[in-house]
Amino acid sequence: MATLVIAEHDNAGLKGATLNAVTAAQKIGNPIHVLVAGSACSAVAEAAAKIAGVEKVRVADAAHYTHPLAENLAALVVALAPGYSHILAAATTTGKNFMPRVAALLDVAQVSDIVSVVSADVFVRPIYAGNALATVQSSDAVKVVTVRTTGFDAAAANGGSATVEVVQAGADSGLAKLLGQELTKSARPELTAARIIVSGGRGMGSGENFKILEALADKLGAAVGASRAAVDSGFVPNDYQVGQTGKVVAPELYIAVGISGAIQHLAGMKDSKVIVAINKDGEAPIFQIADYGLVGDLFQLVPELTGQL
Amino acid sequence: MKVLVPVKRVVDYNVKVRVKADGTGVETANVKMSMNPFDEIACEEAVRLKEAGVVTEIIAVSVGPAQAQETLRTALAIGADRAILVETAAEVQPLAVAKILKAIVQKESPQLVLLGKQAIDDDSNQTGQMLAALLGWSQATFASKVKIADGGAEVTREVDGGLETISIKLPAIVTTDLRLNEPRYVTLPNIMKAKKKTLDIAKPEELGVDVTPRLKTLKVEEPAKRKGGVMVKDVAELVTKLKNEAKVI
Repeated sequence: MATLVIAEHDNAGLKGATLNAVTAAQKIGNPIHVLVAGSACSAVAEAAAKIAGVEKVRVADAAHYTHPLAENLAALVVALAPGYSHILAAATTTGKNFMPRVAALLDVAQVSDIVSVVSADVFVRPIYAGNALATVQSSDAVKVVTVRTTGFDAAAANGGSATVEVVQAGADSGLAKLLGQELTKSARPELTAARIIVSGGRGMGSGENFKILEALADKLGAAVGASRAAVDSGFVPNDYQVGQTGKVVAPELYIAVGISGAIQHLAGMKDSKVIVAINKDGEAPIFQIADYGLVGDLFQLVPELTGQL
Repeated sequence: MKVLVPVKRVVDYNVKVRVKADGTGVETANVKMSMNPFDEIACEEAVRLKEAGVVTEIIAVSVGPAQAQETLRTALAIGADRAILVETAAEVQPLAVAKILKAIVQKESPQLVLLGKQAIDDDSNQTGQMLAALLGWSQATFASKVKIADGGAEVTREVDGGLETISIKLPAIVTTDLRLNEPRYVTLPNIMKAKKKTLDIAKPEELGVDVTPRLKTLKVEEPAKRKGGVMVKDVAELVTKLKNEAKVI
C-alpha cells in the first residue's frame, strides 16, 4: 500500500505546505505518490517529481482543476483512492476544504491537523485551541489525514526523481465556479513560511498605524501578522490573522505588538521559537508566554526598535 | 426557502480548559457551556436572510446530550423557528454527525444548510464538508459574505491568500467564518418567546445512523508549557538579548 499526498499549487509552482505533508507521509513509511490536479500544471508536476522521497507523481490536467474546487477535487481523489492506505494533504484552507469531502465519500473518518505521526494508524492532534493534545487511533481502512505544517519540517525540494504519470481527469460537477479572487500581494515573505513575524493587535489602533510594524518587518525581512481583534477592526485583511481559526505559525522569532494574548491567538503562535511581546499593559497574558517582554508605548518602542536594528 | 442550522454545545470560548488527570479527555464537569461561536454566526446569518425575505423558515438542529436543548433554545432566541435535538449521550464524531444531518435534510428538504466552519472543542473542521459530500451538494466553506439569488449563492470565502468569491448551485452547504456577521444579543422577550417554540427530540437509531466512533482517543495530554521569560527594561536591552542570547537576529 502507498500514501497519496495531494499537492497544493497555483498551476505555476508548488506551495511549500506540500513539502511538510510529504514529511508526514515519510513518517508513515509507505511509498509516497503525489497527486497534482490542475490545468497546464506541468511545471508543478516536475517540481513534485524532484521532492526527496517521492516515488510517483500522478497528474490530472483539466480546465476544471484550474482552481481547487472541493466538489471536483474530492471526486478525483476518491476515484484514485483504491490502492492507498493513507491520503494526506496540508491543513491549509484548501486542504481543509476538500479533504473531509474525500473522507465522507470513502465513508471514513478524517484525522484533522496532525502534529505528529506515532505509527501508521496513530496520530497526535491539537484540540481546544491547542490547550490539549489528543492521541487518536484510526480503525478505518483508509486514513484521510490533514497535516499541520508547523508540526513537520519541509521535505527537501530537490534530490528526488519520481516517475510522472498522467491520470484520467474526472467530469466537471458543475456545482461551483470561481468568480474572483482578492489575494493580498506583498513583497514580504508568506506568514506560514516566514522566519520572523511581526504581529499587531488591537493596540495598534488603526490600519494606518500598521506602517510602523511594516517598517520593522522590512528591516528584519519578516512577515506581518495580526490578531483577530486587529482583523475584526478592519486594520488589516483576514489573511493576516494568526490564531486557532486563522493561520498557525511557528517562526524563529515572533514579535507580538499591542496583542494582549487571548488563548485563541496563543493557539496560533505559541510554538514559535522565540517570542517577544511589546504591550503597554504589564499584566497582559502575552507576557506569560513571551521570552522577552517590554512594557511601554508601542508607538515609541517599535520605531526605536526599527532604528536600533 | 427553508434553512437548516446545525449547532453544537461546546465548552465556552472563555474557559481555560484543563486536561483530566487520568488523560482521558478535558474536564467538562461544572464548566460553562455555550453554543459554538461559529454556529452562532450561522444562526445570525439565517435570521438576517429571513429578515431580508429570502428565507421562510429556520430549523435549528443539534446532536448531543439532553442539555443541548439549552443550546437549541439559544438558537430559537436568536430567531430560529423550531428546533430538533438528536439526543445521545455517546461521543458523536463528525462523520456520524454528518450522517444524522443528512437524514434530517432528507426529511426537512432545506435548500441551504448554514453551520460553523469548525467547533472550538475538537477543532475538526469537517462536518459541513462531509454533509455536502454525503448529499452530493455544493459547498462554500469559511464564508465571510453570502448572497442568495436565482437558485444559487455567491459566497466570499476567507482563504490563506486573502479572499475568493465562488458561485454555487443550491441546494448547498455554507460554513461560516468569523467575519460573516456579528451575532445579535438575545433579548429577554426573545428568550421568553423561544421557550414556547417547538423542540422535537429524536434518537440516532430512529434516523438509522450508526454513531460508533471511527477514531479512538488513546490519550489526551497537556502540551509542553512555555516557560515565561524575562522583562527587559528598554529597546537596547531587547536588541542585545535577541542578538546574543536568543541569536535570532
